[in-house]
Amino acid sequence: MADTDIAQLNKIAAQMRGKVIEMVAASGAAHLASAMSCLDILVAAYWRILKLDASTAAHPLRDRFILSKGHAASALYAVLAERGFFSKDWLESFATHGAPLAEQPAPGCAPGVELATGSLGHGLPVGAGHALAAQIQKHDYQVLVCMSDGECNEGTVWEAAMFAAARKLQNLTVVVDYNKWQATGRSNEVMQLSPLREKWAAFGWKTVEIDGHDIAALIDALDRSKQEAGKPTAIIANTVKGRGVSFMEDDNNWHYRVPKAAEVEAAKKELGLL
Amino acid sequence: MRNAFADEMLSLARQDPRVVLLSADIGNRLFDKLKAEFPDRFYNCGVAEANMIGVAAGLAQSGLRPFCYTITPFITYRCMEQIRVDLCYHHLPVTVVGTGSGLSYASLGGTHHSCEEMGMLRLLPGLTVGGPADAPELRALLRDSLNQNGPVYLRIGKKGEPQMHRDVPALKFGQSIMLREGSDACILSIGTVLPVAMAAAEKLAASGISTQVVTFPTLKPLDEKCLQMVFSSFKVVATLEEHSILGGLGGSVAEWKADHPELNARLVRLGTPDEFLHLTCEQEEAREHYGLTAEGIAGRIYGLIA
Ligand SMILES: Cc1ncc(C[n+]2csc(CCOP(=O)(O)OP(=O)(O)O)c2C)c(N)n1
Ligand SMILES: [Mg+2]
Repeated sequence: MADTDIAQLNKIAAQMRGKVIEMVAASGAAHLASAMSCLDILVAAYWRILKLDASTAAHPLRDRFILSKGHAASALYAVLAERGFFSKDWLESFATHGAPLAEQPAPGCAPGVELATGSLGHGLPVGAGHALAAQIQKHDYQVLVCMSDGECNEGTVWEAAMFAAARKLQNLTVVVDYNKWQATGRSNEVMQLSPLREKWAAFGWKTVEIDGHDIAALIDALDRSKQEAGKPTAIIANTVKGRGVSFMEDDNNWHYRVPKAAEVEAAKKELGLL
Repeated sequence: MRNAFADEMLSLARQDPRVVLLSADIGNRLFDKLKAEFPDRFYNCGVAEANMIGVAAGLAQSGLRPFCYTITPFITYRCMEQIRVDLCYHHLPVTVVGTGSGLSYASLGGTHHSCEEMGMLRLLPGLTVGGPADAPELRALLRDSLNQNGPVYLRIGKKGEPQMHRDVPALKFGQSIMLREGSDACILSIGTVLPVAMAAAEKLAASGISTQVVTFPTLKPLDEKCLQMVFSSFKVVATLEEHSILGGLGGSVAEWKADHPELNARLVRLGTPDEFLHLTCEQEEAREHYGLTAEGIAGRIYGLIA
């Protein structure tokens, strides 16, 4: 992939981060750092991987993207709006009274939102269902699920992992946003998550571990996952919670905190948006 | 309310060495004091609620008194079978506490609402089900949890709920407390919606309808003495809850009333309807949406009496 192309995508990711910061600042919603953590994954997927756009959002043969870590919905909304799934005006009213976009995705709340998430541990089982449906109906769409590392605490994740491997769901890919934090502590202290890649491998998945902010590496890994025969793929994406703004990076207070006006400005400066 | 929960747990841990607190990756810093004082009596079980309930069952079978705490839908809906089999079937003294219940987290969407869980849980044999209105009621019920020899479920609010009692009331499971005396209508209220009941009574008084308000913090076992009394004394008895009118306080009282056809009072169930809330909004706005406001409630009762 040409460097200019990646530079362009990085610029889009910075814009998306700026948007998410504005949405959170305006609405007072939580989980800003969670959204920033997974934004590069979403940009790689929506700009380069998914056979999915506004015109095919309801098409039975579309690729599916499920944001299982629903608390990062602001990132999904910003990306979908930028890709033209719905009006950018909707972002302005994010999480306000009567708005179409709630803090966490409601069923059918907007074109492109596949699933109501927000209770962790649901996206992978449902994604496996979509992937199995493709097998049954002889379709060749891909299913991409983005999960958080704390989410890997949930038993349903591993139930789905065993199921997907047994059914050889090669059209299913999970990206784990491995930012090393969950709500109340380090994800390797609250539970023993590591070795995370080896866990997925032991469950019968093809695995790859990459820098989750390297958009070229994300595109490459997601591309390869499509070619994988006989196995689902788990991409362990090493990320930094709050990525993109120095005073938010790896500071879990931003799991809940809402930036003040001065912080919004400082953040946008750092992102090269001012 | 959650601060009172943390504080009361600390004092229970000091009083009773069997007390162990489990949480599921929420309540950042909330339990720091307890952790510092009793490092082996607090466990963050991660985003793995079902496992947390199972672990609590094992602790209880070994003589400890576990309390489990996280956001209501995750500690109830997600753990239904663990609660039923591990806790209720074995009748183990574990207290399950759901925070942010009802529509406290309205803004987070349907995954975070819990307007059905009391109805689901009260069907489980041997489970005591409570919904304190404020911090003092919560403290009283937490203390009484240690007197139970079986499982307990408590649904609580989040933070900043108005305090309705000056001090911790002498309250046990299965009891209710009259907070305002009246003679025409009576509101039985469970949980944090109680201030709305008080305000509705005030409004009704202005329209010449004398309304009694009873805080009714235990859904199961029902305070049948109170029910007997209010259904014999009032023209209208209203149940009020931030929960579906199916299965919760309204549902329980309707079942009880069906067994007492000799009592004449008219029952009206105030709560949420049998639907998911799809409106993006905060708790206050959600209550307005469902008419769970002083005006809304007063209007419903006025219509039945005047
Ligand atoms: C089943 C369930 N339990 C608890 C929660 C509350 N909760 C919201 S985010 C979160 C953990 C956040 O950490 P992680 O999953 O690693 O996501 P990150 O924000 O780091 O991307 C928790 C416990 C939830 N949403 N769902
Ligand atoms: Mg994380």
